[in-house]
Amino acid sequence: MDIKVNAPLSKEEASKLKAGDIVKITGTVYTARDAAHKRMLEQYDKTGKFPFDMRNAVIYYAGPAPAKPGQVIGPAGPTTSYRMDSFAPKLMDFGQTGMIGKGARNKEVIEAMKRNKAVYFAATGGAAALISSHIKKCEIIAYEDLGAEAVRKLYVEDFPAIVVIDTEGNNLYESEKEKYRTL
Amino acid sequence: MRDIDISKITEAVKNMCIKANIDLNDDIYKAMEKARENERSPIGCEMLSQLLKNADIAKTDRVAICQDTGMAVVFVTIGQEVHITGGLLKDAVNEGVRQGYNEGYLRKSVVKDPFIRVNSNDNTPAIIYIDLVEGDGLKIDVAPKGAGSENMSKIFMLKPADGIEGAKKAVLEAVEAAGPNPCPPMIVGVGCGGNFEMSAYLAKRALLRPVGLHSDKPHIREMEEELLEKINRTGIGPQGLGGNTTALAVNIESMATHIACMPVAVNIGCHVTRHTSCEL
Ligand code: SF4
Repeated sequence: MDIKVNAPLSKEEASKLKAGDIVKITGTVYTARDAAHKRMLEQYDKTGKFPFDMRNAVIYYAGPAPAKPGQVIGPAGPTTSYRMDSFAPKLMDFGQTGMIGKGARNKEVIEAMKRNKAVYFAATGGAAALISSHIKKCEIIAYEDLGAEAVRKLYVEDFPAIVVIDTEGNNLYESEKEKYRTL
Repeated sequence: MRDIDISKITEAVKNMCIKANIDLNDDIYKAMEKARENERSPIGCEMLSQLLKNADIAKTDRVAICQDTGMAVVFVTIGQEVHITGGLLKDAVNEGVRQGYNEGYLRKSVVKDPFIRVNSNDNTPAIIYIDLVEGDGLKIDVAPKGAGSENMSKIFMLKPADGIEGAKKAVLEAVEAAGPNPCPPMIVGVGCGGNFEMSAYLAKRALLRPVGLHSDKPHIREMEEELLEKINRTGIGPQGLGGNTTALAVNIESMATHIACMPVAVNIGCHVTRHTSCEL
C-alpha cells in the first residue's frame, strides 16, 4: 500500500518514513534547482529571509518545460540532486524537511538529514509527463528571470515518489543495489 | 550540383527537435517492455512501468517525454555535390532549433557562457557536426541530449597494454560511478580509438545506433554483448533502485589510433536517448 505524505512535512511525520516506502505526496512543495538555491542563500544573507517558509518545507529539484495553453505546468520531472548537495545541509539547518529529486547524495547531506530529521524522496527521472499530471497548481514566487529555474510554489496531489534516504540515513540506492548485484 | 535552400534545412531541424522530444523511439520502448518481463526487482518493474506509461502520455498529449529537452546535437552528413543556397548551413540549423524549441514547448536549457550563466532563451546554439561525403544527398540527425546523463560521461586515456580488458573495465567503472544519476536504464555509448576528442565524438555517435543493432566488427560486437551482460549484473537497476535492468544497450564505435594511444570515451545516455533523422 502506498503511504500518504503531506507537505509541508513535520519532523515527526518525516521520522515515520523508512527507506523503501512508496509514497504519494499531497500538499505544497517548492521547486528549486542549483541557480535558485544559490540565490536563496544569498537572499538570506542579505535580508534574513527566504522566498518561502523553510520550516517543514519540501523542495522539489525540478525545472519544468513550458506549459502548453491550458496546462497547469509543462513536463516536470526531477533533476539530478547532487548538484544541490553543497546547499542542502544549510537549508535543512533552517528547517527544510523534505527533498525530492533523483540520484545519489553526499555524506554531508545525509548527516544533515539525520541531524534535522529530513527525508530524501526520489521521483522517477524522465517520467516528466506522468509526474505533471499530479501537479494541480503552479505559481512562480521568486527569481522569475531564471526561467525554468525560477522558484515555483506547486500544489501536488498523490505525487508518486519513493523514500530513498530516511531520517536515520538508511539508503535504498545502496541496499537494493547489493540485493541484485551478481558481479 | 544539387541546390538545397536553407529553409528546407530549418524546417527539417524544427520538426525533428519536436518529434525527438515527444515520441520515444520504438526500439527503446520495446526494449523497456522486454526488460520489464525479465526484471527481478518489484520496484524495478514499477519504475519501468512508469517510464512506459510516461512515454504513452507524452505521445498522446504531444508533450515532451522529459522536461530536460536537452541541448540539440545535430549531425549533418552532406554530399560534396550539394550546394546550400540562401544563407549559412549553421544559421539554418540554429534557426530550426530556435523554432522547434519554441513551437514544441520544449525547455530552453542553454546558457550563453559556462561562467556567466545567462540563458540564451531559445536553446541555441546547437552542437553541430558536419561530415562531408560523396554524392548529392543531405542527411540530418537530431539528437537532443539531457544533462543528467551527459554529466556522467567520461574519457579514459588508457595505455595500449591495457588492452580490450582495460577498456571494458573503464566502461564498467563509468557506469558504476554514474549509478542512479543518469536515469537508468541507460544506453551506453562508447568510442574507442582515434584521439582524445575523436573518442568522445564516436561515443556520442554510438548513441544514434538503434537498441539491438550491434557493431559489424566481431571483436567489438563481443565486447558490446559482454559489457551489457556485466552492466546488468551491477545491481543498479531501473532508476538506480535495484534490479537487473541497468542498461538496454552498449553501442561501441571504434577507429584507428596512434601506436601509443588507447582512448576510451563513455557517453552515457538515459532511457530517453533521443535521436531522429531525415534525408533531404
Ligand atoms: S537523464 Fe534523461 S531522462 Fe533523466 S532527466 Fe536527464 S534527459 Fe531526462
